[in-house]
Amino acid sequence: MGGCLEAMKPEILLSQSSFKEAREFIRKNIKEYYEVEPGYRILDVHIIGVPPLYVGIEGDQLVFPYTKPCHGTFVVKIPGGDEIARLRERKKK
Amino acid sequence: MVETGNLKNEALLLLGCPQVPVQTSLALYVAHNLRKRGCRPVIAGTTAARKLMEVADPGHYYIEEMNDIDDTIDEITGKQRDYDLCFVFIHNDSGIAYAGTMAYISSARVYALIFGEHAEELAGEIEFPCEIVAAKAVHNPMPLKRRIDEVMEWAVVSKR
Repeated sequence: MGGCLEAMKPEILLSQSSFKEAREFIRKNIKEYYEVEPGYRILDVHIIGVPPLYVGIEGDQLVFPYTKPCHGTFVVKIPGGDEIARLRERKKK
Repeated sequence: MVETGNLKNEALLLLGCPQVPVQTSLALYVAHNLRKRGCRPVIAGTTAARKLMEVADPGHYYIEEMNDIDDTIDEITGKQRDYDLCFVFIHNDSGIAYAGTMAYISSARVYALIFGEHAEELAGEIEFPCEIVAAKAVHNPMPLKRRIDEVMEWAVVSKR
């Protein structure tokens, strides 16, 4: 896991899934979510996969897919900080 | 003898988890063939994948430059650098995800080199523009080597 993200001790909502399963998890379980392009950066990690890729907001938390080359895609939740405003500038899905 | 010197055309070889034995061998083989055709190979990979390459090619005979995957994605999305060709080595869903990302962010012609026990099933998952080169190869690289030989010549020629 990216060092910066790991240091935040993210809550893991879904483990070792495919990037498509992670996409569906966010779409079905997070009310407010935004489409981002492949390579979109959050902290020290990139959102990896084939569009559409979603990043969700739940309260003051971010929910997004994190892909590890050896272990598949995880859906993680971390404090959103400034990233929430950056996402809300995008069109809501 | 492999050609050396300043090669201006560059190909990115993106290496994921090195869990499947054939990956390092095939990456060196692709790098060798690219250099023979005047294209400079650059590796982007996980730490383990890069260490395997470093040990296999200690004189940097085939590979001069190796970089972290995330740094490479940053460079491409930031429009600081791009490549003519991109070979993504794939044996799991994460590999498919990285290939899809490269197809989206890079202007390179993308080749999905798919191997491992489930190569054919993984190939069926690809829904983005790329050239698929797939063979069931785990310990024996020859099935995928033969497929690579079929595409390598026109891969380098057709980008020009």
